[in-house]
Parts: sequence; structure tokens; C-alpha cells
Amino acid sequence: MSTHSSSHVHAKPAPVGGPLFNAVTLISGVLILTMAVILLVRFVYGLGSVTALNDGYPWGIWIAVDVVIGSAFACGGFSVAMLVYIFNKGEYHPLVRPALLASLLGYTLAGVGVIFDLGRWWNVWNMFWPGSVNPNSVMFEVAVCITAYIMVMWIEFAPTFFEKFGMDNAKRKLSKFMFAIIALGTLLPMMHQSSLGTLLVVMGEQVHPLWQTPTLPALYLLSAITMGYAVVLFESCLASAAYRRSIEMHLLTPLAKVMLGMLAAFLILRLGDLVVRGALPRAFGLSLEAVFFWLEMLCFIAPFFVIGSAANRRNPAKLFVAGILLMLGGALLRLNGFLIAYQPVIGVETSGVNFSYFPTLPELLVTVGMFAIEVFAYIVITRRFPVLPREEVKPA
Amino acid sequence: MTTRRNFLRGALAATGAIVGAGSTASVQARETYSVPPEGLGLLYDATLCIGCKACVAACKEANNNPPEFSTVDKLWDTPLDTSGYTFNLIKMYRSGTMETKDAENNGYAFMKTSCMHCADPSCVSACPVSAMIKNPTNGIVEYNPDKCIGCRYCVAACPFGIPKYQYDSPTGEIGKCELCRHRHKDGHYSACAEVCPTGATLFGKTSVLLEEAKRRLALKPGSVTTYPRGHLRHGQLKALLGEPEGKGRMERTGWKDEPNQNYEGEVGNYQQHVYGEKEYGGTQVLKLSGVPFEKVGMPKLPPYSSAATSETIQHSLYGGLLMPIAVLGALTWVAKRNVKPEDEEGGQS
Ligand code: SF4
Ligand code: SF4
Ligand code: SF4
Repeated sequence: MSTHSSSHVHAKPAPVGGPLFNAVTLISGVLILTMAVILLVRFVYGLGSVTALNDGYPWGIWIAVDVVIGSAFACGGFSVAMLVYIFNKGEYHPLVRPALLASLLGYTLAGVGVIFDLGRWWNVWNMFWPGSVNPNSVMFEVAVCITAYIMVMWIEFAPTFFEKFGMDNAKRKLSKFMFAIIALGTLLPMMHQSSLGTLLVVMGEQVHPLWQTPTLPALYLLSAITMGYAVVLFESCLASAAYRRSIEMHLLTPLAKVMLGMLAAFLILRLGDLVVRGALPRAFGLSLEAVFFWLEMLCFIAPFFVIGSAANRRNPAKLFVAGILLMLGGALLRLNGFLIAYQPVIGVETSGVNFSYFPTLPELLVTVGMFAIEVFAYIVITRRFPVLPREEVKPA
Repeated sequence: MTTRRNFLRGALAATGAIVGAGSTASVQARETYSVPPEGLGLLYDATLCIGCKACVAACKEANNNPPEFSTVDKLWDTPLDTSGYTFNLIKMYRSGTMETKDAENNGYAFMKTSCMHCADPSCVSACPVSAMIKNPTNGIVEYNPDKCIGCRYCVAACPFGIPKYQYDSPTGEIGKCELCRHRHKDGHYSACAEVCPTGATLFGKTSVLLEEAKRRLALKPGSVTTYPRGHLRHGQLKALLGEPEGKGRMERTGWKDEPNQNYEGEVGNYQQHVYGEKEYGGTQVLKLSGVPFEKVGMPKLPPYSSAATSETIQHSLYGGLLMPIAVLGALTWVAKRNVKPEDEEGGQS
């Protein structure tokens, strides 16, 4: 059959097992309940009752963090699937399922999270109603692609459930079309991850020149793929530690190299764009934007020092650190573009109007609650469903 | 303009290349739109404005908006900025001793804040569900709460900070000036222009208002001229210009009749700039000022709109779904080779 069928013998995925009630799931549960209460208040009394959103800052962390950053963190599934199925690197196959699970959860929550932020959520069907849609709108494209991708991912992940419940027939049938689903599952995130960057373009002058550029779609796409690999490094290390399993170093080491390659491409484009547009001087000076720009740059450049050498790439602790740095860098690129670099129009300066935004505690607790759902679901699913590679088969 | 175009092309080619179909990324540049010929708007002349705020009160009444308070005693409507409940506001510019009206230094001035009814509105391009649309005939940027999902992308997109969401309500709407389009069928025009005692706010066709603005800029500061009030019609403009009333120029009929409200006044010290003539491709609301526009809160904007840039990017990458389909085809072909049908979800081999 396929070229890699004989060369790679992988551990078959299996449930991790163990108790579902432990400190982590308990804390997650409490956080999820807290979130539910806050959301109840939000839906009864309006967005202003729990958030710090105001006339100058229409978007807060529920958009910038839960949706924009959240979905980028959820790019592991897409990044790894692309490596395995498109670039035919079959050796990475054991990473596909766990990464896909994290993506599935991340995206589904980002999709649901949008509803919390919509001021007139009961009208949301207009997003898919031919008489209402506006194909010129970047947000329309993002919304449709993300919705489609969530559905595609559930189909991609379905074999896990089929295996658990012994639905061999369904699994066999689905596997005939899996290639098409995987192709779609690679295209859709490319489309919306780039468009999440394009969202900022129409905001024109309101976005600081360090983050306002027509290269935004390319920058967001490249960084999302990079972050996808970073998340896989992070999550593999974490899952191994938490479940006391051996780390798949033979996979993570070469993966880290792929990640650095993507990162280099991103940095060349990012810096090249700043130079060509003449925006770089804006990074020198004492402003909040400049400080956050350098923080972002630091997180993107540091991984080269941490895992630049082949020896360091064989060190799990260093891979873990590099993964976190890159996730932070990508998160900062997005937080900066959507919040730090966003400058509200205040009109006449002497009229006494000044806008500022810092999330309220309830707003933060909702974001934390969303994360808690992810952790909770990841634990339940990996303990009960065949996701992680079976432990006793030690890969050569 | 060409360098901008070239840069856009480069930026798009980069994205196309990453997606793996660089050659199919054709830049379908979307030009910036201009004001429609029958476009309606306002002309606000800050040198005529006395800051009476009659227009603010009239706007509240016409749009059925509640008062908003910024003082402790809450005696009357005192909003500090436009909001989901305040669509029109007169803001004050203050400098030093505030001695001279319309002087940049040691002076003061007024500036109207309300929707500019852009020729190429960012809010319309942003709105995913066509709840913000630009009327193809009169160019009014209209809002439809029955479609609006409350995403507030229009709020973030507007270069003038105009649309605002009502955060205090579980069913909040977007609020912004719609030129009192709900009053047009009764022959009424924008309430702010209707009540303005000095003609600082005029209603009319943008093309007529632009000519009037240019007439004022050509006058000698300190000289005396005739100022119209209320609704400036084409015929009146011709009279002001001392030209014969052009025959065959039809005004939209149905506007209520008004007596001549012209008056004589002194010509102000104008900045030689009609704000809104070129900004973002033009706006249907035009402004004149004695103080530099940036000082009175009107942002410096390029002659091309960010909506055009955004849509050029979108349509080059996704126009007719050509590139996505091409990429999908390639991906499917590759995936078909690499995913084996009978293996466990593609890889257990
Ligand atoms: S001023 Fe703002 S709200 Fe009004 S049309 Fe222009 S972009 Fe839209
Ligand atoms: S808040 Fe409403 S009008 Fe504004 S962009 Fe969203 S859906 Fe459109
Ligand atoms: S009604 Fe006219 S003069 Fe009075 S504040 Fe409004 S624009 Fe100025």
C-alpha cells in the first residue's frame, strides 16, 4: 500500500484509563460552574453587566483570546495532519489523534464562545442565510469556514468513537472518504486562520502600523501553523508528565526542526514587511505598543536560542520551553493586533473623552472557564477513548 | 497609489504561495467607491456653529433616544460622546485662554460628531450579515436591527468611531445617524439641519453641498456673504453663486416647502480643505472648519478606503472560490495517495 506502511510501526491508540475524578477535573468543574453563572448574568442583563467593553473598545478578551488566540492554539491538529497526509511524513502519525482532539475541543469552544460575545445572538442564523450574507465581509468568511471546519473535525475524529463503541462497519465506510475529509480539514484552517488576520485590515488607521499590513493573512497563517507544532510539543510533554508516559522524543525532535523552519519563514516575512512599509521606526520609542512589539519578537526569536542546536532539540525540557515561547509569541501577535494596537477614535481631544479597556474579573473567569472545559474534556476523552498511543508498545 | 497596489500584490502573492497556489493569486483590485450622484448628506460649517446644541436635542427627539447624563445632578442630557443612544453631538475644542472663536491657539471651536455616510463605508464592508447597507440611490448608510447579530465589527471598523452598541441591554442594538431616513416619507429631512438656527448644519445633496462649501472657501475672510439655512436645494445654490437657475435640474420632490431662510453673515477664516471631499473616497457629510481638522478630531485619512484594501485581499484569495477549489483539488489528490482507505483512520499500519 502506501510508502510508509511498512517503514513505520506505530502504537495503536488506546484509552489511558484511570479515574475521572481527581483534583484537576474537580477544579475544572468548579471553574465551569462559575462561568455558567456569569454567562447567565450576561444573557439576562446584557454584555455591559459583566464585561469591561465600552464605546471605544467593542472587542475584548472573549474575541481576542477565546476566539482568535484560542483557535490558533487549536491548530495542532491541522499542522500535524498536514505533515502526515500532505507531506507524507507518516512517522508522525501517532501525534495525529491527540493533536486532533485538542483542536477539536479548542475550535468547538471558540465557536461556542463567539455566541457569548454576540450582542444579538438570536439573529446569528443570518450568517448562513443567503439573503443576508455579505461575501465582502471578512468576518462572514471566518465564520463560515470555522463552522465548516468544526464539522469536518468531528468527522475526522469520529473513528475514535467508532472504535470505542465497536462500530467497525461505520468506521470502514468512513475511512473510504477520509482522504477527502482530511483535504478539506487542511484547506479550511488555512482559509480562516489567514482571514482572522485580514479581520484587522478594514479597521485601517485604528490599528497601529506595527500590526496593520496587507501581509496580515500570510502572517497569521504562518504563525498559526508554527503555533500548531508548538502546541503539539507542549501538549505531548504535558500529557507524558501527567499520565507518567514516556515522551515521543523520536517524533518531537524532528518536529521541532520543522517548526523552526516555519518560524524562520514567518520572521522573514514579518520583519521584511515592517522594513518595506517603513513601520519599523515605530518600534523604537517608549510606548505600550513598542514594549509589546518587543515582547512578541522576543518570544518568536528566543526559540532559536533554546532549541537551535540539534542537541538541544533532544532535550524534552527545552522543547517544552520552546513550545511555550512560540505559543506566547503567536498569542501576543494576536493580542497586540486586536487589543494593544487598537486605538479607538476619540474625536476632539479636549472634550474629555478617553477610552480604556482591561477585562473585568467575570470576563476573565469566562475565559478561564472555557479553558477548564477543554482540560476537563481532554482528560475524560483520553482516559476513556482510544486517543493516545498505547503505552506498552515501545517504538523502536 | 501604484506602489500601494504593488505592495498589496506582493503581500497577496506571499499568502498565495503559502497556501500553495501562488500563481492563481490574481489581484482583483477593488477600487474605492465614490459618492453616488443622488447622494444625500450634510454640510457642517464649524465657523457658523454657536454650540447651542439644538441639533443634539432634535436628534434625540427624532430618534426617540433617552437622555444621557455626565453630571451629578442629572438635570439635562449631557452625553460626553456619541453612544448607542446619542447619534449626534457637538464637541468643543479648547486652547489656552479660549479668547477667539475658531482660532487654533488661545481659541475655541465646535465640531459635529455623527455618521459621515462614507462613499465606501468600512462598516458596510465589515458587517457579515448585511445589517449595515449603503442605499444605492441616496447613499444613506442604513442599519437593520432585525439582521444584526451584535458582533460589533462595524464599531471596530469605522474610521470615525461612529456606530456604537447598547451594552446596557440584553437586546442592545447598534445606534448611529441614518440622516433621519424614517422622516423622509413625511417630507422631513435630517432633524439637526432642520432646527439649526445658523445654518451651520445644512441638509442637501452632497454634490450641491460640496459646491456650496467651495463657494465659501473662495470668499475673502471678513467679507459679508449670504448663508442659507435648513435644506439647501440646487436652485438656491445657483442663486447664491449668482448663476441662472439651471433648467431641467430636477430635485427629488416631496420634501416639505420652506420659506427662504437666508441671512447675511461674515465669512470665517477657513482651513482651505473640505473635509469629506476626498477622505476614504469621499463622505456624504462634508465639513468646514477654522481650526485644523486633526485638532478638532477629524482623522487624517488617505483617499482610498480600507474597505477597498480589505475586499481586494478577500476577493483575490477567495474570489469565486477559484483558489480554494484549486488548492482543495491539489490537497485531495495528495491526501488520496497518502491516506490508505482500510488503515485505522489513516495510519495504524
Ligand atoms: S462614518 Fe462610520 S458608520 Fe458612518 S458610514 Fe462611515 S464607516 Fe459607516
Ligand atoms: S454589530 Fe450588527 S451591524 Fe455591526 S457588523 Fe455586526 S451584525 Fe453588522
Ligand atoms: S444647531 Fe447648529 S449652531 Fe446649534 S450646535 Fe447644532 S450645528 Fe451648531
